[in-house]
Amino acid sequence: MALQHLTLQEATGPARPDGALVAAHGLGVVRAGRWLIRDVSLAVRPGEIVTIVGPNGAGKTTLLRAMLGLERSDAGRVERASGLTTGYVPQRLAIDPAMPLTVRRLMTLIGRSSRAAVDRALYQVGIGHLAEAAPQTLSGGEFQRLLLARAISRRPGLLVLDEPVQGVDVQGEVALYDLIARLRDDLGCGVLLVSHDLHVVMARTDTVVCLNGHVCCHGPPETVAESPEYRRLFGPRAAETLAVYRHRHDHGHAADGSVVPLAQRQEPARKATTGGNRDDAR
Amino acid sequence: MLDDFFVRAVAAGIGVALVTGPLGCFVVWRRMAFFGDTMAHAALLGVALGIFLSVNLTVGVFAVMVAVAVALSLLQRQHQLPSDALLGILAHATLSLGLVLIALMTWVRVDLMGYLFGDILAVSADDVMAIWIGGLAILAGVCVIWRRLLADTVASDVASAEGLSPERVRLAFMVLLAATIAIAMKLVGILLITALLIIPAATARRFARTPEAMAVLAAGIGAGAVAGGLFGSLHLDTPAGPSIVVAALCLFLLSLAAGLGRPRAREG
Repeated sequence: MALQHLTLQEATGPARPDGALVAAHGLGVVRAGRWLIRDVSLAVRPGEIVTIVGPNGAGKTTLLRAMLGLERSDAGRVERASGLTTGYVPQRLAIDPAMPLTVRRLMTLIGRSSRAAVDRALYQVGIGHLAEAAPQTLSGGEFQRLLLARAISRRPGLLVLDEPVQGVDVQGEVALYDLIARLRDDLGCGVLLVSHDLHVVMARTDTVVCLNGHVCCHGPPETVAESPEYRRLFGPRAAETLAVYRHRHDHGHAADGSVVPLAQRQEPARKATTGGNRDDAR
Repeated sequence: MLDDFFVRAVAAGIGVALVTGPLGCFVVWRRMAFFGDTMAHAALLGVALGIFLSVNLTVGVFAVMVAVAVALSLLQRQHQLPSDALLGILAHATLSLGLVLIALMTWVRVDLMGYLFGDILAVSADDVMAIWIGGLAILAGVCVIWRRLLADTVASDVASAEGLSPERVRLAFMVLLAATIAIAMKLVGILLITALLIIPAATARRFARTPEAMAVLAAGIGAGAVAGGLFGSLHLDTPAGPSIVVAALCLFLLSLAAGLGRPRAREG
């Protein structure tokens, strides 16, 4: 099971030999006799943004939760680099009205980020003025920004985001995805995210994993957008969304976060692997 | 000083209130009111089994409550019935089992009302000592797990994903809650313990800006309710346990009235 493997991995010391921060190998989750996800393999490496896209019920959240050890897996395994600081932005979080909290306190409830780091993160996501507010009084978009701020204030090695910009206005959406991409550059962290915003995602992602219970297709956004599986899942117009932002995607990033030309970036090692062609993982 | 039954009752009651305040906050935050109630109901089965097996009653009560908590977590793994239905089954089944078992033991006379509604005026000096030592131990335990339990209470999945292991903290909290109910039983009885957990915490909410402040305030409000209830009971010749709960209710209503005076748009 996933958790046992995590412990095993932590016991054996340094980062994964293949350099992955977190990797799923043939992962499967069964609930009520139904495979929610099956035979899913993917890896996130430092400085890489991996985005999971897929229709409703494709198992996106299940995959994310299984990779975080929140969901018991029934097949395959999850490996995580030891000593990894994870920042997690869940799809939703309800805070009981009976809990007296401020935004500032919520920021340091789990990690012990410094006051300066908290202020900076709140400012970065655009809610610096709400530090002393009660989180229960925030709007959906503000709260989503708060969750993102909380995760990044930890200076994570791996940032895991489940629909991080739901409820955020369109302007804010682009700004927040820019922020995530910038954090990847600054911290060199790996990013694993689930999103519905195809056009924004496609512009700022290194690897797209198209999920529908299993991995339909994967690779750099340019490749995925043109693949027949992607078009079948999202319709022919989905491919056009890429064109809108394509001009922004003029560079890639090496493992240390440095900028490299796009052509060099597409070596096989940076691809997520599907169940179908695991050889890519080596 | 502890010679006087009334002084002993106040000392015991305040000792219990100082523990039920902070734990009650978590019961409120985690929406475990019905869970607390179920544990308390199970206490009567613990009493019955304790008498039947001739073991220390507090030990019997504690053991049965832990068993019920474990049974609940096992039952929750089948995702067919909701938790509150399971709790309802366990609460009333254990209470009834306790009552039936006590009735079957015709050779002992059990003061049932004392267990159901408390018998604080009968506490001995030893009881007071036991309550304070046990209470301080429980409070120490709460302090040790405070930060992790709070993280788990507010954002369980996030805490778990980011490397905290909530299972152990949750288990520790359950054990502390069971211990609290075991020592609070004598005070207000198993049917009223939940009131002592929830009402002071709910009263404190309006005045607290941080979780810690709410816990401390709840302890103070609980102590006030115990003192007020016992004095009322002495002067009006009313039963002590229910009088304490009525005093707590009065404080809660006062807090509601105080809150009406200052509507809050957005804190901070």
